[in-house]
Amino acid sequence: MAEQAVQALTSFKVTLFVRRFDPEVDQEPKWVDYEVEMYGTDRVLDALHKIKWEIDGSLTFRRSCAHGVCGSDAMRINGRNRLACKTLIKDLDITQPIYIEPIKGLPVEKDLIVDMNPFYQAYKDINPFLIASDKPTKERLQSPEDRARYDDTTKCILCAACTTSCPVFWTDGQYFGPAAIVNAHRFIFDSRDEGAELRIDILNDKEGVWRCRTTFNCTEACPRGIEVTKAIAEVKQAILRGRA
Amino acid sequence: MAKTAEQNIIHHEYDVVIVGAGGAGMRAAIEAGPHAKVAVVSKLFPTRSHTGAAQGGMAAALANVEEDSWEWHTFDTVKGGDYLVDQDAAEILAKESVQAVIDLENMGLPFNRTPDGKIDQRRFGGHTRDHGKAPVRRSCYAADRTGHMILQTLYQNCVKLGIEFYNEYYVLDLAMNDGKPAAVVAYDLATGDIHVFAGKSIIFATGGFGKIYKTTSNAHTLTGDGVGIIFRKGIPLEDMEFYQFHPTGLAGLGILLSEAARGEGGILRNASGERFMERYAPTIKDLAPRDMVARAMANEVREGRGGGPNKDYVFLDLTHLEPAVIDAKLPDITEFARTYLGVEPYTEQVPVFPTAHYAMGGIPTNIKAEVLSDNDTVVPGLYAAGECACVSVHGANRLGTNSLLDINVFGKRAGQYAVEYAKTAKQVPVPADAADEVVAMLEKVRKAKGKEKVAQLRKELQETMDKNAQVFRTEETLNEALEKIQELRGRYENISIQDQGKRFNTDLLEAIELGFLLDLAEVTVITCRERRESRGAHLREDFPDRDDKKFMVHSMAYLTDKQDKTTKTNIKVDWKPVVITNYQPMERKY
Repeated sequence: MAEQAVQALTSFKVTLFVRRFDPEVDQEPKWVDYEVEMYGTDRVLDALHKIKWEIDGSLTFRRSCAHGVCGSDAMRINGRNRLACKTLIKDLDITQPIYIEPIKGLPVEKDLIVDMNPFYQAYKDINPFLIASDKPTKERLQSPEDRARYDDTTKCILCAACTTSCPVFWTDGQYFGPAAIVNAHRFIFDSRDEGAELRIDILNDKEGVWRCRTTFNCTEACPRGIEVTKAIAEVKQAILRGRA
Repeated sequence: MAKTAEQNIIHHEYDVVIVGAGGAGMRAAIEAGPHAKVAVVSKLFPTRSHTGAAQGGMAAALANVEEDSWEWHTFDTVKGGDYLVDQDAAEILAKESVQAVIDLENMGLPFNRTPDGKIDQRRFGGHTRDHGKAPVRRSCYAADRTGHMILQTLYQNCVKLGIEFYNEYYVLDLAMNDGKPAAVVAYDLATGDIHVFAGKSIIFATGGFGKIYKTTSNAHTLTGDGVGIIFRKGIPLEDMEFYQFHPTGLAGLGILLSEAARGEGGILRNASGERFMERYAPTIKDLAPRDMVARAMANEVREGRGGGPNKDYVFLDLTHLEPAVIDAKLPDITEFARTYLGVEPYTEQVPVFPTAHYAMGGIPTNIKAEVLSDNDTVVPGLYAAGECACVSVHGANRLGTNSLLDINVFGKRAGQYAVEYAKTAKQVPVPADAADEVVAMLEKVRKAKGKEKVAQLRKELQETMDKNAQVFRTEETLNEALEKIQELRGRYENISIQDQGKRFNTDLLEAIELGFLLDLAEVTVITCRERRESRGAHLREDFPDRDDKKFMVHSMAYLTDKQDKTTKTNIKVDWKPVVITNYQPMERKY
């Protein structure tokens, strides 16, 4: 019931083990544990804020919107890539410590902050913009069916949860990774776009779609519910048979 | 001033420097990029900007699904803003809206489509046909993630144009020389270095400052740094008393549920199930403008008709909508209800209450997005657009879908006029001590040894603003807020931070951001106090009526170096006439 949901639930104590690393001090990362008192509607981000604001101001992480649309706070929570602001603490097993680490496969800068530039570069490499030769003076027309064809992949918020959950990416940082392919899919299957061949050429590379091993980690990790593995499979199909 | 040995200062030169990489900043960059050397300096990676949180749509009288006209849109905007809108600016907003939507479509934005392939449109609060006769379908949308799609599309086009971005650079000062802007001074979060960006034209597009409130739809990063910088330079802020509370925030959390929910047929109900908006706005009911709906909701709760154990919220009812419609048109917001409150909108009503959402006021600009240093003097080479600016198209209350429009129309204009200016203007010499104030400000916080905690002060600030300067205001509550803010200012001098490092020191930046929040909260409260009438989002219970004789004017708040006789603070409040073209003020009924 809604009434119960909003009711200020009784508080509970929870322990967080946070993977911390300060490049100005530490030789290597270490686990640091914190006990905090939380409430039923609190998210992992609230727990991190509680630590930062009340216990240790030097704990460092990215965050902005705090409701799962800006993509700043992807991190590994109990071994799974999640957005801290979309993960309710009560939905985790709070009888056990909660383990929080930076996303894997990108260089750690400080605590939970990683260097996102290799990730952004892969995105830029697939030409993530509409390529069209016409010079319309009005709106282009697009049928609802054509619009629906790429709807799922327009939801991407570039949080990197998918790419950094991919075992292939962990061992080979040159692999474009799921997020770049998702964004290529968004244009390849847009009826207004004429750059499909260019993008398909790029992704037919040895570091392209064929490195995908279909482990579905990316689909499970996506906080926007994008069927990432399916999108990658559709790009593979497009390479083999052309855009359907 | 003595610089610490390790403080690197790096200099850059551009034609146009844009501060902020949300919708307005990137729209300006797309306009300016092909014609000038442009840098965009942003505290966030561009797609993290809060434009991405906007949901419901962007208004434009395309008339794709029913008869509409830009003139009706202008009227709705003026009336929605309780006649405090500058009507010349509103005309531009409405006239240029159609091209703004076409621009975005041409750039690739995936709008929802009608069966014949045109951009689909839906209803939104306060947008009507023929001057208030009935709701009109004017909002162009992409599901309930229109802001996300605008932000992504603009960033995609910036990538295409090769726009230079400096991401996670916090702009903390504007270096002026002889009253003209020369450069912005930024702190690089990754390294702790200071960067000075000289520009012939400088555009502020830094967004809002919802974090002065506790319950807000705004991001943690929306601390009003840009607006605060401008204010500290002695440039006034306009209409700061007008802050919008969005009716449908998730109760207790403030997370936004789009007005599109009501545009698609959602209904607000009180604890007994009554559709209470029928009493407050008999003609357009749940689609009345936000100020009226927020006030009606707060009033239902105050009079004991709220729901829940504490009777402190009302309900958004979508249960009569087809699940397929909800999935196609409102997927994100229904997921927010499931994720954060465990409520299933197909079958359950969603608890909602107003949430601090949008600043109608801000940096005063004219229709060329030029910043004004008083009622009409242009600061040459300085521009502002988007939520940080006050042009004023929103007056005392912004209509839903007019902000995504504002960033596109005035972001584009800012880019155009900034480039035009940069073509002939000479770079204003950057003072040798341009970075000194920022270096000193950072050093002061780093070295402070006080006992106060930044997070505690911020919490107390946000709580007093929620308690005393929210939907309902009186002289008494505002005085209480002001007193508290002044106390917090004193305690702010006695803070300390824990992180002494150079790399990614967000502890340091949160302390600096609190300084801007305190400034902006104080201006807000003082202008609220000086406006002794009720208009739009500003409701003074001790002055419940609109007073056109005295207050059909914009407020202009200046920071001065001596105490002002009226406000008893260092803030002086002046007034500026409203531009009226076609619409004389009338009583506002819906």
